[in-house]
Amino acid sequence: MKILAVCGMGLGSGLLLRMQVEKALQRIGKQADVEVADIGVARAMAQTADLIVTTRELAERLGDVKPRVITISNFVDLEEMIRKLKEALQDL
Amino acid sequence: MSGEPMLVEILLRMIPEEAIRVGVSVPDWRAAIRACGEAMVEAGIVDMPYIDQMIAAIEELGPYIVIAPGIALAHARPSPAVRRLGLAIIVLDSPVPFGHPENDPVRLIIGLAAPDPHSHVQVLAVMAEMLSEESCRFALFHAATPSDVRRALVKFSQRGSCA
Repeated sequence: MKILAVCGMGLGSGLLLRMQVEKALQRIGKQADVEVADIGVARAMAQTADLIVTTRELAERLGDVKPRVITISNFVDLEEMIRKLKEALQDL
Repeated sequence: MSGEPMLVEILLRMIPEEAIRVGVSVPDWRAAIRACGEAMVEAGIVDMPYIDQMIAAIEELGPYIVIAPGIALAHARPSPAVRRLGLAIIVLDSPVPFGHPENDPVRLIIGLAAPDPHSHVQVLAVMAEMLSEESCRFALFHAATPSDVRRALVKFSQRGSCA
């Protein structure tokens, strides 16, 4: 499984998202490859991803993509990430 | 004790005293980013053009950099304006809106300068750990002096919390 963490420049908040996804996966007991993409390359990289994690406004900018998209508003709240990731992974 | 530099040394080196400002009074988010950038210039982390690059990034990509309630992570891409890896911590006197639907208004601004796409990963991870601790968010939000901020950094590196 491949999860894509999408942010604006691929080095700040995307990195935080990747760290949170990795922590959340550990807590849930699942495994996945987590990659960071900036919004410029995210549409192309989405082709091979199973799930996208980003913010609400960047999700709007991303538009329609093949994988499911979950949006996170608090990047330092692990519980929010676990809850949303769990729900999304159930449906995959 | 290991031979590795201790966490606290890494943090304090990357966030020098000049890069910490508290009680900063600004009219809007642009001025907040500018204040953050000026602290980074003074600390020798970036050159002046980086300030406009941080503002331009928000104008281009939106206020998604407000990563948690009251907290913005300001940065631009690696550029010749970055002198070295470093962070700034700015605590505003009164919070200002950045236009984020959930996390406005912003009181704490973390400024980041990365010379390349990789070298900041460790320090950013430590900052994220620290910001996920409620006691540390409280300590930073209510810091009255730059020394209070430095004390919070030291406490977190030593005990994993700022209580």
